Amino acid sequence: MNDAQELETVIGLEVHLQLNTESKIFCGCANRFGQEPNSLTCPVCLGLPGSLPVLNQKALLYAIRIAVALNAQVQPFVKFDRKNYYYPDLPKGYQISQYDLPIAFAGFIMISSEGKPKRIGIKRAHLEEDAGKLIHDASANCSLVDYNRTGTPLMEIVSEPDIRSPQEAYDYLTTLKLTLQYLHVSDCDMEKGSLRCDANISVRKKADSTLGKKTEIKNLNSFKAVKNALEFEADRHRTQLLSGDRIIQETRLWNDEKQSTVPMRSKEEAHDYRYFPEPDLVPLTLSEEAIEEIRRVMPELPAAKWERFRQQYSLSEYDAKILIQQPSIADFFEACTHLSKEIKKICNWIIGPVAAELNARKVGIEVLNLTPIHLVDLIKEVETGAISHLAGKDVLKMMLDTGKAPATIIEEEGLAQVSNSDELEKIVSAVFNENSKVVAQIKEGKETAMGFLVGQAMKQAQGKANPKMLAEIIKRRITDA
Amino acid sequence: MLSREQVQYIAALSRINLQEEEIVLLQKTLTDILTYIEKLKKLDVANVKPTSHVLPLENVFRDDAVKPSLAQSEVMNLSVSHSRGAFKVPQVIE
Repeated sequence: MNDAQELETVIGLEVHLQLNTESKIFCGCANRFGQEPNSLTCPVCLGLPGSLPVLNQKALLYAIRIAVALNAQVQPFVKFDRKNYYYPDLPKGYQISQYDLPIAFAGFIMISSEGKPKRIGIKRAHLEEDAGKLIHDASANCSLVDYNRTGTPLMEIVSEPDIRSPQEAYDYLTTLKLTLQYLHVSDCDMEKGSLRCDANISVRKKADSTLGKKTEIKNLNSFKAVKNALEFEADRHRTQLLSGDRIIQETRLWNDEKQSTVPMRSKEEAHDYRYFPEPDLVPLTLSEEAIEEIRRVMPELPAAKWERFRQQYSLSEYDAKILIQQPSIADFFEACTHLSKEIKKICNWIIGPVAAELNARKVGIEVLNLTPIHLVDLIKEVETGAISHLAGKDVLKMMLDTGKAPATIIEEEGLAQVSNSDELEKIVSAVFNENSKVVAQIKEGKETAMGFLVGQAMKQAQGKANPKMLAEIIKRRITDA
Repeated sequence: MLSREQVQYIAALSRINLQEEEIVLLQKTLTDILTYIEKLKKLDVANVKPTSHVLPLENVFRDDAVKPSLAQSEVMNLSVSHSRGAFKVPQVIE
């Protein structure tokens, strides 16, 4: 028996999510990314003496919404705590966070692991303030500090060590992100840092009840990086364990270029945060009714929407899954179904040509010049044969570029198909005259040559002939003759 | 009595440089505080509700409304050293 088969990888993930409130968590500074450095600060978020934080009610509401979506218990009594450490990204010398009473605890999400449903526990989720941003300038031997991000509301979501493979970690993250997107509490954009992830990993003998020595991995800039880093670490742990070496408990940084992790250079002293209750903020009590009210107005979550789409619109599992991958696409699809009963066609157009355009343009459907009525009209134009399917895709592109209605574009661009039977009959007559040999061959049974005639006729019509009608006319003329 | 090492550890966490006589002094004064806490621990608080805050207030919020921030120039005036609109500090890498 192979020793490696007896080992088991254990992973827990920590996700930090910036909440998209208008203002910061404890002051009125705008919560906005990409502004001039230190242009969004005030005495509160700069930690100037005498300033006092006051909790943003929207941030609390969003936190409870997240708690409900994670099937978690909501803490009835909420307080904040100070996490003390000195680092230049933290002007106060402490971060306002939550220690022993996180706003949410004992939750879970369901993921699909190798096709089977699996429950991943959520240990806790708490509300805190984000720190500032440091830019290291090695050449000038200094660091530059921008406090715009300081005080951005942050939700830290900590999973139980229930994840058993890097792929499962990836699936957990995509499921969690989708759920969070449906709550409209964050833009969940890893590139902007509004969603960040640290990973804890250890390896143990399958029979062991205690966990092995863990390493924490930081600097993970994409879900792909999380997966790759975990694969690297899992291998490293296994190799070390099998060769009898000890794993050192440490924090390691992922290097995406080298596709490996290195120990983080760190001061030797242990982290000792000396948490204590935040005296500048009074505690909160959340009544059962208040939580129930939030529960009542919760948006539909992806799993429920997937189920409903399959039932209500008789969509396949696959189609429904694709449609729900972005809340805005799911909404767009539903808006279209109110305008037309061609459900399957609408679905195919959205997950086909429309999705292809979104990917090519790297934008979401909400920023495109596309309205549900225009898409439904376009589908009608194609279905009635007014334009070909291929031309339909071109019209879609032009619709996205200009925001014009499909009928307008078809007219302006002269894309309408020839569906006038008199005109088509004339074209076919001409083609038959020019290709009498082929016509004769078909009559003798070489039916495959039929496509050639259709092609010739289409060429004469400059590609605008209704292909279905054209084929019917040619077929009739051959059998009739 | 708090040990020298304990005092030095706390000083390091707080980024404070202590002189020799200060270490000795803090060993004594911090120990006095801890002794007092030990005394408090002996109180019978069985009938006292736990508290995490001294003010009899709860649920104080603000609406999610943006207020003007300080001007960048004003903020930079507060700094010892700055560059391109950012606070300049000795290089830190963790």
